[in-house]
Amino acid sequence: MALAAGMFAVAPWMIDAAPYEATMGLVYKIYFFHMPSAWMFLTAAIVAGVASFRLLFLKRPRADHWVTAAAELAVVFGAFTLVTGPLWARKAWGVWWVWDARLTSSLMLFMIFVAYLLLRKYGGPGSDKLGAGLALFGMANVPFIYVSVNYWRTFHPPTSVVPTLPVAMGIPLWYCVTAFTLLFVILLRLRARLEHQRARVEALYLAEDEA
Amino acid sequence: MNAFARIVWFVVKKDLTVEVRSLEILSTTMFFAVTVVLMFSFGLVVDGRPLNDVAAAILWVAIAFSGTLALGRTFERERHNDTLRALLLAPADRPALYVGKLLGILLLLGLVELVLVPLIGLLFNAPVIEQAVPLLLLVGAGTLGFAAVGTLFAAMLVRARSRDVLLPIMLYPMTVPVMIAGVRGTAALFQPTPDAAVAQFWLSLLAAFDVVFVILALWTFEPVMTD
Amino acid sequence: MRLLRILFVLAALTAVPSVALSKEAQPKPPADFVPVENAPPGEQIPAMPLLGTAYGFIWVGVFGYVWSLARRLRKVETEIAELEAKRR
Repeated sequence: MALAAGMFAVAPWMIDAAPYEATMGLVYKIYFFHMPSAWMFLTAAIVAGVASFRLLFLKRPRADHWVTAAAELAVVFGAFTLVTGPLWARKAWGVWWVWDARLTSSLMLFMIFVAYLLLRKYGGPGSDKLGAGLALFGMANVPFIYVSVNYWRTFHPPTSVVPTLPVAMGIPLWYCVTAFTLLFVILLRLRARLEHQRARVEALYLAEDEA
Repeated sequence: MNAFARIVWFVVKKDLTVEVRSLEILSTTMFFAVTVVLMFSFGLVVDGRPLNDVAAAILWVAIAFSGTLALGRTFERERHNDTLRALLLAPADRPALYVGKLLGILLLLGLVELVLVPLIGLLFNAPVIEQAVPLLLLVGAGTLGFAAVGTLFAAMLVRARSRDVLLPIMLYPMTVPVMIAGVRGTAALFQPTPDAAVAQFWLSLLAAFDVVFVILALWTFEPVMTD
Repeated sequence: MRLLRILFVLAALTAVPSVALSKEAQPKPPADFVPVENAPPGEQIPAMPLLGTAYGFIWVGVFGYVWSLARRLRKVETEIAELEAKRR
């Protein structure tokens, strides 16, 4: 499998990331994991949305595997983001949580995907299409959540840390982004493969019944 | 009347006829909504005076809770008599079925809100009568948005397991913008000096939400219900 | 899945030197401890616990997820192997 090469690239990332980090106030280093996690969270959400569209409207049944995989990864990376964020915020802002646009919309998106996983697990047959519908609606919802919360709480300034980072910080950041992206792609493919294998098991059982 | 409207009318009439006979869903949902309002009022009133903006929040939470209940019960009725499958088998435009169910739910929730809003006005001295028109628009738009998503999800879940708890799990995160907009708009109207501009902003957001989500639901209803 | 196991071992091996290296590079927290509640944001607050928790969470998360995925994949693959053997 071509995955092997990717895996080996992902593994040593831990070593290299640590020494590169600039000592700009210790806790800011959380950012190196927080931001890529957030990006992967959103990417997973988008993948889930696109795959849902393909499942429902382009009638590609195997797209369902990708929706499930992406949704699970969205929950995983969403959890990373929503845990590392407050840990950083505790030091940077003095509070664990605020109800500003970005945090609230991220939390809502996270909840939508948790709901998706619950639906797939406990909803019984037919929940693949339902889940896809949920994921699609979730995607459509994001701009609304963002706009509404933006006007709801004008408390904290947006958390958008300046992209004009000094190079010393830029390198480890992009390194981490690359590492996270690789990790995401690999995990997505593996997870989709799991779904595909599960479908094969079902097909095998069905064939057995017919035989 | 063209075919679409006729089907919508049939569905609404059917639901109305069934409901009018027993008034089961209406009366129980109404009482539930009133109970929710009272429960929250007890919890959130300190020293005889409510916290700021609490009236608006309570109203919308009550709408959300009772709406979820009404949705679940309405479609449970369909499932119980297996009428949904009959509906789907009929040579009817799927989106028309959706609109028919949606109108039925809106009617039901509208009646409940007709009781809730004056109750809130009574309990919290909120300017319900003075702000009647803007309130009507806000509550109407919010309920439409909530019901649009809710009807789709409830219909989707009819054949699913654990549907009772899955409906709120799916519905509440999705309707967060509706809740935020509804509460903030209503709160703006309930202020000592009502802020019409702010209320109008939230109303327009609700309208945009309604348009997007009704269209999206109409679009998704067909592929999601085919099985 | 052998490859996932290799990933595991490798990542685990890299954990030790990276932790050691990171401990060396960080400046020591200030001797005078200022509780978070009293200090205005921006002051030097002991951040190691927060940092450690954050990174630790991600580490545990990534490993945990990879492990869970590997376990599930293994289960399915054995099931497939059994079914195919039965078919023959």
